[in-house]
Amino acid sequence: MPQQDPAERRVVVTGPPRRTRRTSGYYRPRTEIDEQTTLGHTYVRSLMRTQLRAALTVFAVLVLLVGPLPLLFAAMPDARRLEWAVLGFGLYAPLVLLARWYVRRAERNERDLVRLVEDR
Amino acid sequence: MNSTFAVPAVALVVVATVLVGAFGLRISRTTSDFYVASRTVGPRLNAAAISGEYLSAASFLGIAGLVLVQGPDMLWYPVGYTAGYLVLLLFVAAPLRRSGAYTLPDFAEARLASQAVRRLAGAFVVGVGWLYLLPQLQGAGLTLTVLTGAPDSLGGLIVAVVVVATVAAGGMRSITFVQAFQYWLKLTALLVPALFLILAWQADGAPRHVFEEPPAFRDQRAVRVDTTLDLLLDRPLTVTVTGTVDGHRHEEAALSLPAGTHRIEQGTRLGFTPGTPVPTAERGSNGGMSTSLAAGREERPLYATYGLILATFLGTMGLPHVVVRFYTSPHGVAARRTTVAVLALIGAFYLLPPVYGALGRIYAPELALTGDAYAAVLLLPDRMIGGLGGDLLGALVAGGAFAAFLSTASGLTMAVAGVLTQDVLPTRGVRHFRLGTGLAMAVPLAASLLVGGLPVADAVGLAFAVSASSFCPLLVLGIWWRRLTPPGAAAGMLVGGGSAFVAVAATMAGLPVTGGLHALLAWPALWSVPLGFLTMILVSLATPGRVPAGTASILARFHLPEELRAAEVKA
Repeated sequence: MPQQDPAERRVVVTGPPRRTRRTSGYYRPRTEIDEQTTLGHTYVRSLMRTQLRAALTVFAVLVLLVGPLPLLFAAMPDARRLEWAVLGFGLYAPLVLLARWYVRRAERNERDLVRLVEDR
Repeated sequence: MNSTFAVPAVALVVVATVLVGAFGLRISRTTSDFYVASRTVGPRLNAAAISGEYLSAASFLGIAGLVLVQGPDMLWYPVGYTAGYLVLLLFVAAPLRRSGAYTLPDFAEARLASQAVRRLAGAFVVGVGWLYLLPQLQGAGLTLTVLTGAPDSLGGLIVAVVVVATVAAGGMRSITFVQAFQYWLKLTALLVPALFLILAWQADGAPRHVFEEPPAFRDQRAVRVDTTLDLLLDRPLTVTVTGTVDGHRHEEAALSLPAGTHRIEQGTRLGFTPGTPVPTAERGSNGGMSTSLAAGREERPLYATYGLILATFLGTMGLPHVVVRFYTSPHGVAARRTTVAVLALIGAFYLLPPVYGALGRIYAPELALTGDAYAAVLLLPDRMIGGLGGDLLGALVAGGAFAAFLSTASGLTMAVAGVLTQDVLPTRGVRHFRLGTGLAMAVPLAASLLVGGLPVADAVGLAFAVSASSFCPLLVLGIWWRRLTPPGAAAGMLVGGGSAFVAVAATMAGLPVTGGLHALLAWPALWSVPLGFLTMILVSLATPGRVPAGTASILARFHLPEELRAAEVKA
């Protein structure tokens, strides 16, 4: 930095927040989550449980879809065409559909929690 | 191969990369721009960038070559590369973004509040990153050699210089544009020639013996054997030989080789008649893109297929260049949607390499013998179409291949340089990031010049196996399990990742083990991933007093949607 007149230096000007938070007589759940109360813990735990359930469900479908394939191909060594078709072209669309299904579920779980917390 | 058009095509890709990178440089201003593009990359651009980064040389050239040599079993590679993103989406995408960390070591430190675990994770990131960079540089060298006959190391050197220049200049911001551009370039470079090749195949009467096992020569074909190899025959073979077979010298002699193993010396020319099945070749590591030390149908039982599936499905989430990309999304929901878009983009791309592999089995089956199978994608346009059209399409493919080397190498360099700058070099800041970039590329470049011949498929497999057995347990347990402790995480990463590393390194060093043990060592994921998880869980349970104090609030931050965290962010 070249020499500068100290009077010209930038200063940070702060003021009171424009929108003060609503002060209400009761604790809102949102602050409970922030402050790590027992109730907040319950919210987080229940969200984690539903999200994990959604993830494990889709993962189980993936395992059931893909897991038996090597066995199947090994059992039918003459079904080369089937192996080419399934591995080369058939699996990608189901993977994308599974992903979309999961994202819908995960976002719905989050929306449900937000609604629960905001409009009690 | 005619290099009249291929060399300008490669040069054009390199110049375009530098220009797009320079465009990013103009808008890359802050440290945050450098590391995570200021976290403002929307799902579409980010998805194209992630896909561009992910589709490496192994995807662009390697898969078609592997399929050509070893048949449709090798299609598990692209399926695994894609499904890895689904697993990543299910278990880590949104929480990883919400963790608010820059890199994997940052994640480890934020979750476990331990400097030791952070350093260990950093060491693994650098190790995996370097391992994955090595084949990119070698692949570039091999491609340039096939195209122009230039010395092996030149291609790697070009890639290294361009990557260091773009990464060091513009950081993540400019890399994002470069990689999004390179995804579309790579897709075009495979799609357009593939359409013409399919037309040529149709015009040829659409021969279908591609599905036969093994592939057969369809016309008179002479093959020059560049490196000494052992030919495995399961039935007698009649072949015209000029050169040395089984220690005897022959000149234009028609030989009838009985079933069994035959040694073909370097420089021998073999002439095959139409309809002859392509014999299986066994060779040591020759540095080709599509040879694998764990190859051979007998040595690749069901176990190896499942090992490959597990390594790719679970290893993707831990690859350093993949993970660092998630921090560039603006929020967790965007990170999820980005991942779905990535799945669609790479799924679309992976429809193409099998086409090349299948056509290669019909039109260039001898590549399986000469050890140039990786060149199938580069050579097919010339072989099937020929003339000016074939040359132009070949040039397009060559340019795409270089885009593949450049994009993956820049992503890896970015990730490794980030770790080096933050954890190894003394102070942070953009200048040291540039120093870190040079360092991140110097080591693998030196290794590729010194060591040479590490088969690409093996190096990539090693990176996936190590990542699946070290980072996958760390990420999954770190995000979903409250009782993870720093000693548990460190022990799990060391035992799981370390054993996977030792196992594959032993295979590559050529330890003389055979049969079941060989498969166990060459495809370690099936035992090393459970080992990593188990160690992490057991050691964590044994040290319950070491659960970090802030675990509950950290997990709340990982999982709560951003709108519920507004107050926390402001504070």
